[in-house]
Amino acid sequence: MMHRWLLPEHIEDILPAEAGQIEQWRRQLIDLFAVHGYQFVIPPMMEYVESLTTGVGRDLDLATFKVVDQLTGRLMGVRADITPQAARIDAHLLNQQGVTRLCYAGNVLRTLPDGAMQTREPIQVGAELFGHAGVEGDIEIQTLMVKALRLLGRQDILVDFSHVGIFATLLEKSQLLEADKQALQEALQVKDASRVKAILNNTDAGTRTAILSLLELNGDISVLQEAEKRLPKISNISQALSDMRVAANALVQLGVKVCVDLSEQRGYQYHSGMLFSAYVPGCAGALALGGRYDSVGQVFGRARSATGFSLDMRGLLQFAQTAVHLDAILAPFDIQDKELQQTIDALRQKGEVVIVDLPGHAEHRDELACKRQLVKQSGKWGVIPL
Amino acid sequence: MITIALSKGRIFEETKPLLAAAGIVPNEDPETSRKLIIGTNHEDVRLIIVRASDVPTYVRYGAADMGIAGKDVLDEQDLQGVYQPLDLQIARCKMMVAVREGFDYQACLRSGARLKVATKYVKTARQHFAAKGMHVDLIKLYGSMELAPLVGLADAIVDLVSTGGTLKANHLVAVEHVADVSSYLVVNQASFKLNKNLIQPMMDAFAQAVKNRSNA
Repeated sequence: MMHRWLLPEHIEDILPAEAGQIEQWRRQLIDLFAVHGYQFVIPPMMEYVESLTTGVGRDLDLATFKVVDQLTGRLMGVRADITPQAARIDAHLLNQQGVTRLCYAGNVLRTLPDGAMQTREPIQVGAELFGHAGVEGDIEIQTLMVKALRLLGRQDILVDFSHVGIFATLLEKSQLLEADKQALQEALQVKDASRVKAILNNTDAGTRTAILSLLELNGDISVLQEAEKRLPKISNISQALSDMRVAANALVQLGVKVCVDLSEQRGYQYHSGMLFSAYVPGCAGALALGGRYDSVGQVFGRARSATGFSLDMRGLLQFAQTAVHLDAILAPFDIQDKELQQTIDALRQKGEVVIVDLPGHAEHRDELACKRQLVKQSGKWGVIPL
Repeated sequence: MITIALSKGRIFEETKPLLAAAGIVPNEDPETSRKLIIGTNHEDVRLIIVRASDVPTYVRYGAADMGIAGKDVLDEQDLQGVYQPLDLQIARCKMMVAVREGFDYQACLRSGARLKVATKYVKTARQHFAAKGMHVDLIKLYGSMELAPLVGLADAIVDLVSTGGTLKANHLVAVEHVADVSSYLVVNQASFKLNKNLIQPMMDAFAQAVKNRSNA
């Protein structure tokens, strides 16, 4: 028999100690984004699938849970990613001509477990910058990501840079069939050199050498110089490499370790330019990731330059201080005692946790984990150790 | 510390020369030792001995930084976050469709019949037949696939064939090539980036050893 309290696979409760930590992080992050001018938005949990999955690629479509709307008979989806929602809000609702900065925090659902935590319900917190095409926008977002991770206590960050535009440019020249392009991208993503070679067997030597060299172009920032020598001199590619150099150097200035991997194609199919992801030792996947997606706004009315990043707060939980030290004060139950009530209110205003000892629970008092108590001594309420 | 996941038997034996090329010598032989974690002459490199089909799992979750696994095993799994940068060209064989002697596979194909196929490699088999536009019912088995067509459990099998001896002994014939199989070096994505200074020299040494061997 199925236990009725059993949760589905890859879906979990977050219990008090960790939930408290996540809420604290959420507030810290949104406050951080706010002082950088990012406006908080709360997009809906569900939308019609067309608006969730049009123009963002098949991968996100497959990741989206779908239900039929009883009011209209139309298909609705539970969001699997908040980024396209933010793009919709920017393109269709806010309609600003200049730069728009948005941030959000919310749960998303994925049909299949995803990321380092293998969860189907990531808690996505992120910031998106719309309306600026230049590398300055990428730098602003990447810097914000680094600040966010540092705020959460991660100092040992490694940021990995890539650029989908470089591969896309080479792919265009390859004249491969659509199915082969897809296979090539997958092979490149897993760095399967022999498969990449096999797929490129019939393309011209120049393109083949260039795409194969992407597999070797990974390492520290000097890889960008080497890439300039080895990749074809096409303006798109030169621009991409120079943007990456500027952005990577900006992070080096902040004391962040930086690496480059030009065969990295991870991210969603909607990404169109520079990609970046943050790794820390002891974590088997990227902690935060982001990149440029200039064409998503198109389906909502206008194409807008866009870049952003997001992270799953569940992924950070492994670094949380597990035992949240609850240093609460136990107060007796007596609503008649005005003086007691005032003392409790005053303590709570200072941020102290005061728990009222409701009558009849004396034997389970230790479950409350109080370290101190309020007692009346010589006519005055005061806090003493429990 | 770099942890390398390996399976006992053929893969371990054929990996030893590659490790040696990278200057790594295991302290013990897993065939005789019962230890699952084996140290090496490098204090920052250790080996873990796991089942072949578990290698990608250890690497994917970062319990091992790298591992060596057959393409047959890799193709069966979801390899999000696992790089496969190097075909080591060891433990080579072929994935084939095989049927009972006298069974007309091609005629079945032409008539659009729905075949029963027994295999350990369900995902690979499904993709292979789907690409051909064939309808098949897959039956998952864990071993002795050759038996299935003989006792009427299936019309065909999809299995690894290295010499063809087992097929022949059981009156089966290979009728279709599915894929070439060899073992790959797999590396955890995060580890590849964070420990590149340790992993890259090893990868280069492996690559050089593979090249030397194929030239020899």
